[in-house]
Amino acid sequence: MLNKAIFSGFGGQGVLMMGYSLSHGAVKEGLNVTFLPSYGAEMRGGTANCTVCISDEEIASPITSTPDFLIVMNIPSLYVFQNRVARGGIIFMNSSIVNVEPVRKDVAVKKVDCVGIAEKFGDARMANVAMMGKFLRETGVVSPDSYLQGLAELLGKKKKGILEANANVFNAAFNG
Amino acid sequence: MTNKVLMQGNLVIGEAAIRSGCRFYAGYPITPQNEITEYMAENTARVEGGVFIQSESEIAAINMIAGASATGARVMTSSSGPGISLKQEGISSMAACELPGVIVNIMRGGPGLGNILPAQGDYFQATRGGGHGDYRTIVLAPGCAQELADLTMDAFDLADKYRTPVILLADGMMGQMMEPVVFRKPKPREYRTEFSITGAGEGKSKFIKGLILPAGDMEAHNWKLFRKYEEITRKETRAVCEINPDDQAVIVAYGTASRIAKGAIKRLKDQGISVGLFRPTTLWPFPAAELLRVVRGGTKKVLVFEMSTGQMLEDVRLAVQGVAEIDFYGRPGGTVPPPVELANVIARRLTDKKRVFNHFE
Repeated sequence: MLNKAIFSGFGGQGVLMMGYSLSHGAVKEGLNVTFLPSYGAEMRGGTANCTVCISDEEIASPITSTPDFLIVMNIPSLYVFQNRVARGGIIFMNSSIVNVEPVRKDVAVKKVDCVGIAEKFGDARMANVAMMGKFLRETGVVSPDSYLQGLAELLGKKKKGILEANANVFNAAFNG
Repeated sequence: MTNKVLMQGNLVIGEAAIRSGCRFYAGYPITPQNEITEYMAENTARVEGGVFIQSESEIAAINMIAGASATGARVMTSSSGPGISLKQEGISSMAACELPGVIVNIMRGGPGLGNILPAQGDYFQATRGGGHGDYRTIVLAPGCAQELADLTMDAFDLADKYRTPVILLADGMMGQMMEPVVFRKPKPREYRTEFSITGAGEGKSKFIKGLILPAGDMEAHNWKLFRKYEEITRKETRAVCEINPDDQAVIVAYGTASRIAKGAIKRLKDQGISVGLFRPTTLWPFPAAELLRVVRGGTKKVLVFEMSTGQMLEDVRLAVQGVAEIDFYGRPGGTVPPPVELANVIARRLTDKKRVFNHFE
């Protein structure tokens, strides 16, 4: 089993955090994982993306030309990455912002009202966690428990206060 | 649950250095290795007597670690290509003075300032000395975060054992990527401090110097170093072989390139083409005898894959001695090709009967 995903969006949408928290969840399950952020010269408000590979075997290359899953949090990301998704893969779209359709017809498309779900629990900034809920529901790459454990570790003691709200957003998207 | 921690490559190097008892770190910022300096700033204090200095320049940093090394401390500096160029005078001096130290190079695209993306263009600089004079540096080439941890610890041990600077050569991708790692227990330090300058006392005067004016004395010093390098070549050469009897070719690659090669090998296997991998983890000393054994064992085609225009290729040619056909594929300047690209190149070269294997495309 090898799963490769590209997370992409504006800087500030928590795109790297999505990949980072997923990677933590994978480590919790004892899986092999690589997390590769884009670190080119980017401007503030520019695009951000990261590639996560998860496998129960040794991961050869941490980069991918054909990801199984693409998560787009904004429109430019859809244009940049949609052609790379493997045939039969899934594109996850943040439909709160992305109001265009992908040109690809040979992949599944899942639309998630990330901002809407996050706002129900008080803060639009949790949109990325809403996306993770839907993503893990559809893909089952790691279990929701492992993911939330990883997230709790990431947020640490400092941000313990926001963990509960994030977990609520995650569960709402996962079960919704 | 596992005891693995998910860490970025640069931080892994920093943590391994701290655990190895690195007491002095000096560095100057440059992408893509800034996180090492950042981590050392935060954590050097965990080592008893640990000192961190953000130096005014790369040249200052290398000379500071040379000075700290002369006092017997474990020392490290890190940079990327342009900064490593600046450090060469100091590295040459450390080799001459037989001062142990670890120099980390997280390679980026070059020459010149180039860019900040992963590349492997500093192979010559690392393995051929880089600075002036008749010396070598041990060069370690990790291929994953776990090896970043293990080889950083090994780098300190080797530097101490042979009293010589050791270069840890990785690229921007190794530095920026996160993978799970387990830190092993570091070996207790074995270092003969009789060479170290530890303050005024009753003992004999000590000299640590690289300026040796009489020809005979300098020649003797050169031969002494040479014997040390020979011993290192004999004892410390390392490579990882993943070879099968039915391989049609063997890829030689290190670091990030070896990861891409592994991906390509998997894809080729699905197409019914069996290809092996020979991955040097010491670039100097280069595992020449090991590679020769592989090609003598039956693999008659060798493909060198580097994120450069062909540097390790020269060492492969020297090692293979004409026993096998050697071909090359390279992507320099910060381009990291996907495994499928390399797989296609290899498949094409192996199946195209009209094309001579040992010709560049």
